[in-house]
Amino acid sequence: MLPGLALLLTFHYLPLLGNVIAFKDFQPYLGLGGSPWVGLDNFRVIVEGDPLFLKALGNTLVIMLLQIGIVFTLPIVLALLLDSLISERLKRVVQTILYLPHFLSWVIVISIFNELLGGSGPINTFLRQNDLGTIDIIGNAAVFKELVTGQVLWKEAGWAMILFLAALSRIDPELYEASAVDGAGRLRQIWHVTLPGLRSVIVLLLILRLGDALTVGFEQIILQQQAVGIDASEVLDTYVYNNGIVQSDWGVSAAVGLVKGLVGVALVLGANRLAHAFGEAGLYRRELR
Amino acid sequence: MITRNATPPAPVRALKGVLLTVCCALIVVPFVGIVSTSLSTREQIVRAGGFVVIPDEITFAAYRALFTGGVVPRAVAVSVFITLVGTALSLASTTLLAYGLSRPTSVAHRPVLMIVVAALLFTPGIIPAYLTIDMLGLLNSYWAVILPAVVSAFNVVILRAFFMEIPTELVESARIDGASDGQIFARIVLPLSKAVLSVIGLFYAVGYWNAFFSALLYLNDSAKWPIQLVLRTYVVNQQQLGVDQVGTADLPPQEALQMAILVISIVPILLIYPFIQRHFTKGVLVGAVKG
Repeated sequence: MLPGLALLLTFHYLPLLGNVIAFKDFQPYLGLGGSPWVGLDNFRVIVEGDPLFLKALGNTLVIMLLQIGIVFTLPIVLALLLDSLISERLKRVVQTILYLPHFLSWVIVISIFNELLGGSGPINTFLRQNDLGTIDIIGNAAVFKELVTGQVLWKEAGWAMILFLAALSRIDPELYEASAVDGAGRLRQIWHVTLPGLRSVIVLLLILRLGDALTVGFEQIILQQQAVGIDASEVLDTYVYNNGIVQSDWGVSAAVGLVKGLVGVALVLGANRLAHAFGEAGLYRRELR
Repeated sequence: MITRNATPPAPVRALKGVLLTVCCALIVVPFVGIVSTSLSTREQIVRAGGFVVIPDEITFAAYRALFTGGVVPRAVAVSVFITLVGTALSLASTTLLAYGLSRPTSVAHRPVLMIVVAALLFTPGIIPAYLTIDMLGLLNSYWAVILPAVVSAFNVVILRAFFMEIPTELVESARIDGASDGQIFARIVLPLSKAVLSVIGLFYAVGYWNAFFSALLYLNDSAKWPIQLVLRTYVVNQQQLGVDQVGTADLPPQEALQMAILVISIVPILLIYPFIQRHFTKGVLVGAVKG
């Protein structure tokens, strides 16, 4: 038990303590202990609304809404579609293909997208050869948020089905028979039997997602930031990185990171309480027995 | 089940077929194209506009060039090292921690469990994490990429849930027969957990192989770069691969080289994917996740 615990304490809890930097004016040559305390000075960026910070916050919120709206719901539809297949073998083949991109790194996924959709990629080459004009997607700030959402969808939609599929297989078939006897059509069955059966999984995953609501694809965006520019692509995490580690504005960045983390925890706990209020098991009630 | 599996009307079936085929094609076609392009000749790549789906003739020139020397062999070696060492450490410490937590008689069992579960909620920010690595003198060392990733609280929770399902009678009877704690762990618990341990091990391995940001953050020396950073530099950022980066002066086309690097970074994942995949269908993970 001890080695694991020691590692967790060193690399997880030591950095958490390191958050005191958010209350200091950190000078690398003075070290963390020697740097002067500045109280809440570093949080002024947030309270007074530094333009760059506001930009990052705005982009984060837009991408978050796109992701919860599309990337969270589409896998449910996909799972329903797949579940309705009759052939078990076909089902397994489709699952195998759809899960795969989840295991690829963001570097790989973005390489693939650039290659296919880029200016000299096969799609634009085809369009040019047929005089159909070109589509300008890669490196285009105007559609960056949609591109990012599309990438997440490509990488994670299949994998996100996995828990929905498991929940679907646990729905009692008698419920379908009973509803059919009562004259329910296919769509009514989905509405009255299938979706209620998925409710607790949906709630659980939504709560978990809220925890990282403000985390919108850090690696993914850092990799593409050079191509589209800061304006369209700066999100909270990249702001912390660019401002803190690249520009050495340590204290302010740590303060933003800290607030972001706390908001995440508050969202999870709040959503969980809400779920309890609606009679759902939520996230951790059973975990800490 | 009868009503549910009754054949739906033909248009509905056709629509479903089309939708699923499109979804699968969106994933499969890029893969085929990448592999094909990496195996294509210069003339063919030019003719196809940089991306070949089915090559007329196959050449391994790009792979030969990349593996003769330069950045790729070194990066692959680094990635393999990080993956192997990391996965071994991860499995050992995760298993021991989870097993300790699954026995209610362990010392300080509840506070430790609290520490693990709270780690799920509170993740350290980038800045404090960086400063911690700096403080420990690990900057520019492979350990900076490995050590913070060794214990995943999530995997500890999953594995603990699995260990708790092992019937107590089994452990008790072994104890009556005179087995020590170590023997019980090695002879009874580990063999029973082979499936779940292999899945968790593979997940760790994929994580180490794919490690990108930690390497970017902590490894300043480009000689220490793992494959993902090489991929970013030469494929995402389109930096030219010259004679210094590959082993030969006779350069294959850039597109083929880029796609070959991409293939090299994907192949290990494809190799272990069937093993992970087999366990999903058995529901090992899903069962564990629902706790």
